[in-house]
Amino acid sequence: MKTVTLTLAKSPELYIEGQNITPDQFAGKKAAEIASLDVWEGKLKGPLGNYFTVEGDGGATAGETKIVLRGDCTRVKRIGQQMTAGEIVVEGNADMYIGGWMKGGKIHVKGNVDSFCGIGMEGGELIIDGDAGHHLGSSPRGEWRGMQGGLIRVAGNAGNDTATFINGGTIIIGGDADIHISTHGEGGTVIVKGDAKGRVGGQMVKGNIYVYGTIENPLPGFKLVGEVEQEVDGETARFAHHIGDLGERHPVSKGKTVYANLYTRI
Amino acid sequence: MVKKIENVGCPFCGVCCDDLVVTVSDDGKKILEVENACVIGSTVFHRAMSERHTLPRLRQPDGTYKEISYDEAIDYAARVLHNAKKPLIYGFGSTNCEGMAAAAKVAEKAGAVIDNCASICHGSSFLAIFDNGYPSCTLGEVKNRADVIVYWGANPAHAHPRHMSRYSIFPRGFFTGKGHTGRKIVVIDPRHTDTAQMADIHLQVKQGHDYDLFNAFRTVARGHDIPAEVAGVKREDIIEVVDIMKKARFGTIFYGMGLCHSDGRNHNVDIAISLTRDLNDFTKWTIMAMRGHYNITGPGVVWSWQYGFPYCLDLTKRDIAHMNPGETSSVDLAMREEVDAFFNVGTDAAAHFPIEPVKRLRKHPWITVDPHPNMATEISDLHIPVGIVGVEVPGIVYRMDNVPVQYRNVIDPPEGVPSDEELFERIYERLCELEAEDAAKAPAKAVPEGIRAGE
Ligand code: SF4
Repeated sequence: MKTVTLTLAKSPELYIEGQNITPDQFAGKKAAEIASLDVWEGKLKGPLGNYFTVEGDGGATAGETKIVLRGDCTRVKRIGQQMTAGEIVVEGNADMYIGGWMKGGKIHVKGNVDSFCGIGMEGGELIIDGDAGHHLGSSPRGEWRGMQGGLIRVAGNAGNDTATFINGGTIIIGGDADIHISTHGEGGTVIVKGDAKGRVGGQMVKGNIYVYGTIENPLPGFKLVGEVEQEVDGETARFAHHIGDLGERHPVSKGKTVYANLYTRI
Repeated sequence: MVKKIENVGCPFCGVCCDDLVVTVSDDGKKILEVENACVIGSTVFHRAMSERHTLPRLRQPDGTYKEISYDEAIDYAARVLHNAKKPLIYGFGSTNCEGMAAAAKVAEKAGAVIDNCASICHGSSFLAIFDNGYPSCTLGEVKNRADVIVYWGANPAHAHPRHMSRYSIFPRGFFTGKGHTGRKIVVIDPRHTDTAQMADIHLQVKQGHDYDLFNAFRTVARGHDIPAEVAGVKREDIIEVVDIMKKARFGTIFYGMGLCHSDGRNHNVDIAISLTRDLNDFTKWTIMAMRGHYNITGPGVVWSWQYGFPYCLDLTKRDIAHMNPGETSSVDLAMREEVDAFFNVGTDAAAHFPIEPVKRLRKHPWITVDPHPNMATEISDLHIPVGIVGVEVPGIVYRMDNVPVQYRNVIDPPEGVPSDEELFERIYERLCELEAEDAAKAPAKAVPEGIRAGE
């Protein structure tokens, strides 16, 4: 594994769009070549080296390339977008679309991220030590096939619209989540270890949601059907089991209607 | 002899009444009388006679405005667009489609973000429609067929004064010969509005809990039980309304800002669309957004045709149009300080945006294009007056049900005052000149190419 260290030397006036900051783009490139990759600030396209100092060369393949971002990347978007392998570590905060449409590899952000992180994710791991904004692991606008796979783990809180149209994969939120979790969900698992504000599983067809804390405004379309003991994220606990959204369509499999499951911890 | 002009369209609200009769003086310069319009509609015509500027005004170092020529104003505007890294062009609530298309051409040339008032209005409807479709109809179908009308989070009695008399509650149509006596009206609103006053049933939903109530409607429609009270509404009342909806011959849900601007926004509309679809298992139901301004549907139609997206278009990459409200929406761009120049066109962002984004936009050049002085012109660096569409400038507008209507002018604009379309075409030409000058100076630093140009 070879490491490329990017240090933000000059903050942008607006925001940097860094869709080229991925192991896939850096692989097989020397530091100088990496510095000449394009980034955008508004309508201006310029080399990455205008904003970052680049140390180290990329590995032979994406899988052998690790990128470390230093400096305040609060105004850098799209880090690790569409990456397929390798590793990215962001030492502080980052902006939007971190790990968007990600297919593999691992991203670790030690600070907070803004909205639309992990949208359209298909695989890999996105770890955020701080808070995440809105639309975490959600589907892009108008796309009815949302997150397909992979793992998103946020230590802090998440904004609204987590996992809209989720189809697969797992999202674990250590803190609280704002309204709308797994809206239109057709699969996948969302675990909220804190409280959820409301609209949990609205228009949901299939999939699982776990809420450890309270749901401030539960939806009328979910019905309590019993209690279960389950192992979730490495620990076993008892949950109240609800099915829903009873207002939504549901497929029938082997003569039985398949519902989405909402588990609240007891 | 005064002249009576018939079948004039009203350039105010999304109802787009096209039955106005306007009387103009014999020299064709003054509007004397406006018949058939509601109060707000006729004000648009009468106001054309007052508070007009006939030259652009540029802010001076001492804070006052000084009149300049249109050529100077166009040069100033083009330079602002040319020099900014990410200019934002916003507005278009009140202009014609021709002006919108010309402005989009400028935005593409300048590498700008172009957005319309839907961004702070029915934009959430677009997001819901992207996600869930739009089982809608025309207002003519409502008038001729609908026997159950639901107004959800909308108050047409004030916002669209002739909506109820022309299309929904009162008119006698082909299959609705009994007019309002043959129709059931349901209003769902946290307030007892003047529209609720006309309703057979008013459900007073708890503010911000429309999604929960829709969820209850859907759950009941599918034959499941619900709690005794949802979102402040009793179970029996929900069951009664769902029953009325299922038994309708033809129903329409008209919804407004109550859904688009309470918590959840697009999902409130999203689930309303799901309910409409569910009801089509039993009978015919349709849904329609109560679009505010007479041609605010226009930019959505025009820009979708030009770029594939109705609003919040980021054209900074020139050959790729990117749209993602939350990032590319005007208020978010302003709050995140992501733009460095602002064009306010045919609207009043200073009055409509929250104060914080206005302050942040004001750190950069601010240009307002509008026939009249408004709050935005008072804080702008440059105000460019244009002709009033529907009064002085003809053009195509889209009614709230996406039906295009050809508007006409009843008088001419003050001498020398261009239309929005003419103004933006001239800014476009000046932008091309500036680009050519730049290219001649430093060929290497030509206009940035599109992202795929090198491939
Ligand atoms: S209802 Fe709307 S379109 Fe009709 S006259 Fe009044 S303001 Fe004009």
